[in-house]
Amino acid sequence: MGISLHHISKSFKSVTALKDISFDVKSGELFGLIGPDGAGKTTLFRVLTTLLLADEGTASVAGMDVVTDYKAIRNSVGYMPGRFSLYHDLTVEENLNFFATIFNTTLEENYDLIKEIYVQIEPFKNRRAGKLSGGMKQKLALCCALIHKPKVLFLDEPTTGVDPVSRKEFWEMLKRLQQKDITMLVSTAYMDEASLCDRVALIQDGTILEIDTPQRIIEKFPRTIYNVKASETYRLLKDLEKYEATHSVYPFGEFLHFTSKDAAFTSEELIQFLEQEHHTEIEVSEAIPTIEDSFMTLSKEHSNNGN
Amino acid sequence: MRTIRFLLVKEFKQIFRNKAMLLIIFVLPLIQLLILSNAASYEVKNSKFAIVDLDHSSYSRALIQKFEASSQFDFMGLFSSEKIAKEQMQQGKIDVVLYIPVHFERSFQKEKKGSLLTTINAINGSAAAVENMYVNAILKDFNKTIQVDFMGAEASLQPKQLHIDTLFWFNPELNYKTFMVPGILVLLVTMVALFLAGMNIVREKELGTLEQINVTPIKKHQFIIGKLLPFWIIGMFELAVGLVIARLIFDVPMVGNFGLLFLFASVYLLVILGIGMFISNFTDTQQQAMFLSWFFAVIFILMSGLFTPIESMPAWAQVLTEANPVKYFVEVVRMVMLKGASLLDIMPQLIKLSIYALLINTLAVWSYKKVN
Repeated sequence: MGISLHHISKSFKSVTALKDISFDVKSGELFGLIGPDGAGKTTLFRVLTTLLLADEGTASVAGMDVVTDYKAIRNSVGYMPGRFSLYHDLTVEENLNFFATIFNTTLEENYDLIKEIYVQIEPFKNRRAGKLSGGMKQKLALCCALIHKPKVLFLDEPTTGVDPVSRKEFWEMLKRLQQKDITMLVSTAYMDEASLCDRVALIQDGTILEIDTPQRIIEKFPRTIYNVKASETYRLLKDLEKYEATHSVYPFGEFLHFTSKDAAFTSEELIQFLEQEHHTEIEVSEAIPTIEDSFMTLSKEHSNNGN
Repeated sequence: MRTIRFLLVKEFKQIFRNKAMLLIIFVLPLIQLLILSNAASYEVKNSKFAIVDLDHSSYSRALIQKFEASSQFDFMGLFSSEKIAKEQMQQGKIDVVLYIPVHFERSFQKEKKGSLLTTINAINGSAAAVENMYVNAILKDFNKTIQVDFMGAEASLQPKQLHIDTLFWFNPELNYKTFMVPGILVLLVTMVALFLAGMNIVREKELGTLEQINVTPIKKHQFIIGKLLPFWIIGMFELAVGLVIARLIFDVPMVGNFGLLFLFASVYLLVILGIGMFISNFTDTQQQAMFLSWFFAVIFILMSGLFTPIESMPAWAQVLTEANPVKYFVEVVRMVMLKGASLLDIMPQLIKLSIYALLINTLAVWSYKKVN
């Protein structure tokens, strides 16, 4: 009764946006779609929200087929596009009433559902939507997407361009909505948000790399990750890229994350190599893998397979 | 119904909140009407006129006096040679030159005929034709005078000439404003409807709100009616204001029935709004919509018979004008206001336009897709 996709593919002229995508989102689940810009997240949303027809495959939302039951789907899903797309020249209240009306409902009818979010923007209800701050706009857009009590909520990069505090607040709101039996599909390019989802799908180049709970994805990480730091970060990166034991190396915060091809590899070997290359202030320590590490590894394997 | 009403309320709220939009809808058309109606004139005035007199006779002096006294021409002076006159015309300092050849008077008296030459700057062909008419009128008048003054008795022996009196119907004083104002009114209604409706839908595309709307259960027809009706209302309102101005300020007669005019306008606006919507379906930005609308607007207006008569267009162009809605409205507005045409008189145009409205709106609705 959540969302299910079977072998969905979609191409735009020469670009393949989605390649044979299949997965299921359980009812009441908070499911994350994690991937960089251009991975195909928005295309997938547009297929599921009946705005775009897939070339191949079938998909259903809340038990209804996206092609044959599109009318029913439009009644029971909420969609919050990545770009703020409410009327700038209407006030907060007018926007809400407008969307309530076209869904044949009223603000009062489903007030319970949005109350918690709406009270935060209520003081500005006579302000035009275009004059709200980024975080406020986000809340208003969420209210508008929820106004008709949807069974499934699609949120396309809801936190892009929002400050860290508002992002945190926003995810807390989603967690609370989940308790009201709303299935949610959220896409994001922020890897740290992945751990807040029940399950995530890592997506790149229109292909799903991995689907699991964030915890399991991290556990499955096959290699030891080392935090590496030295005085000349750029030269360090270049040298490690040339190092024959390197499986992957990429910047991660103030460190470089390094993994080796060799399972028996030790940090001593690494330090030895770096000293040989005349690096100074060398720091090497084991790091706890994150979703981002998994993504980087999987995406590297994916592109190697592709070539 | 509730949805459509709400869409209308929303649309009007947005229109009235947009100060630039208010200006475009209410102020600019009025300024255009006032300016264009006074400026778009076919009368040719202040043509710069010069004479090259090589005869220096009493006849030539009399002729020069005639031209000097004329109110249609600004007399720029006498030039002593053809060469100077040519140079002056080349420099754009004069528009019309009359050459009086040597022995003009003598040949007139001896051979009872004389020849003159006029050179007219014909870059603007229609102005040149009018100037030619003025010159001929003055010469004709001069001809009469010399027949009486100089030939006296002989003139009375000339056979009586055919005298023609002309009555101008429907616009007895040939007042160009009476002719132009109704046409310009059509232009204003067209511009407001075509541009605003098309741009409005594309704007929602640009803002991304259209996508949000498309995910809602709103029906295609509800959305389209909600989008076009406000501009239909504004178009009708614009026509009403324009008519009041035409009556009060320009004193254009209203022989026919106002109701008939509004009936025709109501169908006409459907056509224009349909075209606007059709354009918006095939464009993604307001800029594209604007250029495409301009493309059609310019063709429609210049081929509408508003400025140049359709009868004088080449045959293929006349066929093309059949597809020009502006042409029908310009015709009907003039017919109703000046001739007092009845419903039966405008029936052919009304039927054609109704079919047009049906076709273009079907196309527009068909090409508007919620899913792609």
